Amino acid sequence: MMQALKSPRLGGLSALSCVLIILPFTLSNSFQLDVAIQVGIAAIVVVGLNLLVGFAGQISLGHAGFMGMGAYMSAILSGTYGWSPLLALIFAAICVGGLAFLIGGPILRLKGHYLSMATLGLGIIIAIVINTESWLTGGPDGLVVEPLSLFGWALSPFDEYHLLGISLSGTQVWYILIASLLVFAVWLALNIIDSPTGRALRAVHGSEIAAQVVGVNTAHYKVKVFVISAVFASVMGSLSAHYTGFITPNIAGFHHSIELITMVVLGGMASTYGVILGAVILVLLPQVLADLQEFEMLAFGLILMVTMIFMPKGLLPTLLNLLNKPKQKTTSEEAA
Amino acid sequence: MLAELLQYLFTGVTLGATYALVALGFTLIYNASHVINFAQGEFLMIGGMSTFFLLEAGLPLPIAILLSVLLAGALGIALQKFAIAPAKNADVVTLIIITIGASIFLRGLAQLVWDKEIHAVPAFSGDTPLVIGGATLLPQNLWVLGISVIVVLALVYFFTRTLTGKAILATSMNADAAKLVGIKTQFILMLAFALSAILGAVAGVVVAPITFTAYDIGIMLGLKGFVAAAIGGLGNGVGAIVGGLILGVTETLAAGYISSDYKDAVPFVIILLILFFLPNGLFGSRSTERV
Repeated sequence: MMQALKSPRLGGLSALSCVLIILPFTLSNSFQLDVAIQVGIAAIVVVGLNLLVGFAGQISLGHAGFMGMGAYMSAILSGTYGWSPLLALIFAAICVGGLAFLIGGPILRLKGHYLSMATLGLGIIIAIVINTESWLTGGPDGLVVEPLSLFGWALSPFDEYHLLGISLSGTQVWYILIASLLVFAVWLALNIIDSPTGRALRAVHGSEIAAQVVGVNTAHYKVKVFVISAVFASVMGSLSAHYTGFITPNIAGFHHSIELITMVVLGGMASTYGVILGAVILVLLPQVLADLQEFEMLAFGLILMVTMIFMPKGLLPTLLNLLNKPKQKTTSEEAA
Repeated sequence: MLAELLQYLFTGVTLGATYALVALGFTLIYNASHVINFAQGEFLMIGGMSTFFLLEAGLPLPIAILLSVLLAGALGIALQKFAIAPAKNADVVTLIIITIGASIFLRGLAQLVWDKEIHAVPAFSGDTPLVIGGATLLPQNLWVLGISVIVVLALVYFFTRTLTGKAILATSMNADAAKLVGIKTQFILMLAFALSAILGAVAGVVVAPITFTAYDIGIMLGLKGFVAAAIGGLGNGVGAIVGGLILGVTETLAAGYISSDYKDAVPFVIILLILFFLPNGLFGSRSTERV
């Protein structure tokens, strides 16, 4: 029983669910709840990205491009062309997945810095297209997005809803939606990691040649995980567009890509709960640093450098290692 | 028609020379330490911004440039000593994020010490354009080209004729072996970062009168320099120069003949196409992987 509770799947998921259930009661206003939702959206994206970066060891410096594509396709299809948001979200996810599949083949043959260069280029091209085709995307001015709706039932953060006799604000309903999706995403990620695909990916990370020698079709698995992580980003891009009701090309920009990969590395690569911690910190940090005004950038850059220099493995794995040290049994497995 | 093409070529080669200098900076650091320094573009910004504000303070242009380049060199050394060296055995991604942190830090510092405005450094020798074949050439274009050529020749001399230059090459080939024959590799690494920062700052100062300068110009210039370095094959000096020129010329031609809105996308489209077919760049070694 104790063993089961300590496992990342059962123990971790129940701990995460508890935190997510208790959290809204500790938040005093809807602004804080809004920040929590932003954290949740980012967390789901990086749980997907971590499959690619942390487990398969492939760098992507362009994931915001996929998120931006999802967001803009959802916004345009549901707004300009009147599609149902759910259909638009699914169609966007299929398109983004298709693009990742097509481009993943040639890109993922690249190694190290060439791979970072190619993914970075891809992300920047998507951002520039969104920025330039303003007849469709509204360009740098941004685009207003319809609220999420399902079978005529619209979910706007500004409305009141009644569920099972309880009155909830739109933001609260969104929180429930994103929190449930986060638990689902973590469950899905843990399952993928524990499947033959996950083992193949870790083999690729360890040594790609060795994996090939024992018969792993490394190209196939790398493309697969690239597509999965791109779809995670696209779906969350769509949802985030409907939630905020307004998007700008920044969602696809280089900065956003860097933020996402930083969440993964800062929280702890190959640690599903670590990257959630990374998302929490990276979304909250600008809010905290905003008080510093003109020192904000300086402080942000400094914190990034210092954390990565002194905790190259990321926050959560480093903390867990510290906790486990007295017992002498340090296993990096526990970080998963 | 021909005049138009000539005009684009002038602009393209000037721009390309700048990219080549940035790409050489990437190459130097990459060879010495296998780090891709995402803060490389910030040295261009520091070169331009610092020169502008030293001129404002009343210093003559040559002194302002010299001080700015030295400042960048010192920051390059600091970057190596305080950010890269302590994280020696970190992953590629971790090092990327450290240098990105450094670039955000330097940008933050620049907007704090200087400001967030766009500034124009005055041209080194007037603005009277020369007309060649119907196309105009600004004196500053000639400065950019001339200084780039001088810098490249100086680098060639440094790496082939001086002991220190050869020591950097030796360290880049095999750091342990270099250490065994008595080369102070830590010093060499600092030197490589300083040189690379100086290259960046020189590029930043010479183009500042043409492209203007601001605290955030380093991001795009740095990324394009990285593209130029990757086109030729990372770590290849000749490749970096060729890559820079290819990039500058195609970018300008595309802006002129196709669409100026997509000017900034051109380098990234080129690099994706090249990497699709040549995963190690144009001149990269087709090395087999050792297991």
